[in-house]
Amino acid sequence: MAEKTDFEPNIVAFLCNWCSYAGADLAGTSRIHYPPNVRVIRVMCSGRVNPLFVMNALQQGADGVLISGCHPGDCHYMQGNYYARRRFNLMRNFLEYLGVEPERVRMSWVSASEGAKWKEVIEEVVNGVKAVGPMDMFKRRQLNW
Amino acid sequence: MNGKPKIGVYVCHCGTNIAGVVDVEEVVKFASTLPDVVIARNYSYMCSDPGQALITDDIEKLGLNRVVVASCSPRMHEPTFRKTLLSVDLNPYFLEMANIREQCSWVHEDPIAATEKAKRIVEAAVVKARRLEALDVKEVDVEPSCLVIGAGIAGIQAALDIADAGFKVYLVEKNPSVGGHMIQLDKTFPTLDCSACILTPKMVDVANHPNIELMTYSQVEEIGGYIGNFDIKVRKKSRFVDMDKCTGCGDCAEACRMAGRFPNEFDEGIGMRGAIYLPFPQAVPAKYTIDKENCLFLTKGKCGESPKCQEACQAKAINFELEDEIVEFKVGTIIVATGYDVFDARKKPEYAYGVYDNVLTALEFERLVNASGPTGGQIIMLERGKKKKKKEGEEAEPPRVPESITFIQCVGSRDKSVGNEYCSRVCCMYTAKLAHLVKDKLHDCEVTVFYMDVRAFGKGFEEFYDRVRREGVRYIRGNPSEIFKRGDKLVVKAEDTLTSTPLEHETDMVVLSVGLVPRSDNREIIDLLKLSQSSDLFYLEAHPKLRPVDTASDGIFLAGVCQGPKDIPDAVAQAKGAASAAMIPMASGKVKVEAQTSVVNEETCRGCGFCVQVCPYSAIELVEVNRMGWPVKVARVNEALCKGCGACAAACLSGSIQQRSFKDLQLLPQIQALGVK
Repeated sequence: MAEKTDFEPNIVAFLCNWCSYAGADLAGTSRIHYPPNVRVIRVMCSGRVNPLFVMNALQQGADGVLISGCHPGDCHYMQGNYYARRRFNLMRNFLEYLGVEPERVRMSWVSASEGAKWKEVIEEVVNGVKAVGPMDMFKRRQLNW
Repeated sequence: MNGKPKIGVYVCHCGTNIAGVVDVEEVVKFASTLPDVVIARNYSYMCSDPGQALITDDIEKLGLNRVVVASCSPRMHEPTFRKTLLSVDLNPYFLEMANIREQCSWVHEDPIAATEKAKRIVEAAVVKARRLEALDVKEVDVEPSCLVIGAGIAGIQAALDIADAGFKVYLVEKNPSVGGHMIQLDKTFPTLDCSACILTPKMVDVANHPNIELMTYSQVEEIGGYIGNFDIKVRKKSRFVDMDKCTGCGDCAEACRMAGRFPNEFDEGIGMRGAIYLPFPQAVPAKYTIDKENCLFLTKGKCGESPKCQEACQAKAINFELEDEIVEFKVGTIIVATGYDVFDARKKPEYAYGVYDNVLTALEFERLVNASGPTGGQIIMLERGKKKKKKEGEEAEPPRVPESITFIQCVGSRDKSVGNEYCSRVCCMYTAKLAHLVKDKLHDCEVTVFYMDVRAFGKGFEEFYDRVRREGVRYIRGNPSEIFKRGDKLVVKAEDTLTSTPLEHETDMVVLSVGLVPRSDNREIIDLLKLSQSSDLFYLEAHPKLRPVDTASDGIFLAGVCQGPKDIPDAVAQAKGAASAAMIPMASGKVKVEAQTSVVNEETCRGCGFCVQVCPYSAIELVEVNRMGWPVKVARVNEALCKGCGACAAACLSGSIQQRSFKDLQLLPQIQALGVK
């Protein structure tokens, strides 16, 4: 995979407002540097993330997708992150069945105090997607929303 | 208002915070090419008055109906800019923020990559803004009452302030008495006020205040609802003593067959108590409690012929049939003041705590020097766990008085090896205070303090530290590596790091200045209230600088050490802050509730009920409606209960239930914008 070294993947991330988005903000406040490949959509809870959003992102040009929420047991809405985890596991099986590398979709738990962990997650995701190369399985579908 | 979107984009420099990395001009140029963008500007500080005036002027002159502010995190300034829109009568939910500071300029160094990312973030905000809708801000009534959990100094102060202002307070304390850790202390630094003397009047006040309902020996079991309308369930544990009849005379405790058999928690195990006990003489309420784990009658079903305490009690207050009582009530706000544990010194085995009798924690030493403690304030060598064999005619040996006492600071604080990186903030000064008390009581006792740094940062602290050194307390800079026994002396092995000299210091007694740690039962409150923890595992405040008493949940506030180590005046100040914060919604009587709730399209809903199942708040129910003459079931949202998590929207198979401001048609364009390479 040596030819893929200058490939800079584009990753769409869905972060819950209370933990992971706040954790990513904390990484900023603490000036913790990390690669610029991840672009964030804020949702109130990881439980809001419809699996179709992930499919949609992969269709729209994202090389990878990250969903991040509160640690199990810490969900601001009691159980939304459990829904997210269950949906994520089913969806990953489905994506694998379609032939999408599992490295492309990832779920993590990052709390509001884990700015340093956010950086680690980003680095892992970026390196994981770099290793499998650009996402060119789905045809890009530009819609006029 | 909902006509064709006319969007204004405002890119903030934030001084050099953003503009130092991101090419702001280029982002503005790019933004002005996006669909429906009427105007794009940049300004040094968008949150300043002139910055906000740029927005309001454009709304009025250009007829903007959507605003995108590209600046800091929405968690920082979304409320600010929502108010800006509202000030010129634009619905505040027509605002979208693009976070190009915390999640862009502060975390990326390469200006080209950061500018490119900032453009994508701005575009995602613009395409969402095109789809934003006006939302109604609803208000609900606030119950004019407050639940305070924990009755240490922080909880007591918060309860008194709120009750004095005329609101009802339910003060719930787990232990048999109020007072918390503060009532265990002897003197307080740096003024040497007697801790009990300044606290007991407040303890009596919370018990007698007409607006305070005090529940001791009680635990909060369930919390439901939301700001303004919390439903609380409290378990009042049975003391097996009728609170109305008990006079607090203490005859029962004297009569108890198990008197003096069990370590008294209040005395940190240095003093003993029986199965029926009052933790300390000034306890509030002054009512006795039977420890059901240790009471002979309650564990074995038999206590001689009949329970001695019952025989002794003239008020007939003891009743072994009494059961736990469940109390339910409503409150508008909640203050969490659950306090702390002290660090378990056994986690530092090199200090041999629990091995040698005269290695003490500082809290144990507080009880030892305390005039109302088990030794009446005499500092004596301890013989722990040894039963005194009294033989006829044999005089008890007089207790030995230590000739040398050594303090070790930072035990369990500033120590990564035990997982506590933080400074506990009180140990330097309580060590100085205890050293002073030793010198005060035992003039000839040699007192040595091993320290890493001395942090005497508060009002009067440095002066006190100076005074203690002048009194002859010897400070040695060095973190001891080991404590062992040589003959009848303890030996502290350390290095004086100022002179680089290894040394072995012989002493009679070692006091470990243990740090403050989150309570071992912290999890109970987290599960009840969904609080977050910071990396030190204390409860997390909503903002470290500007919202230090708030939590992420509206209507729930923090006071005292449960939020992080602090001394008494800081805990009192925070408690007063939390009390005043809690009184804001109670005084106004109304509070705004979540507007980004879910909404059902009843035309397409097919009533499958998936949303009903996933809703964590039971906010959705199926109702029957008439669809073209046919009765069909559709989902309906109770907006007072919906908290806007969006779980239902993700579960809906037909997209019929949507979360306002996070609808599919608002998020999908964002995904498309971010997918662009």
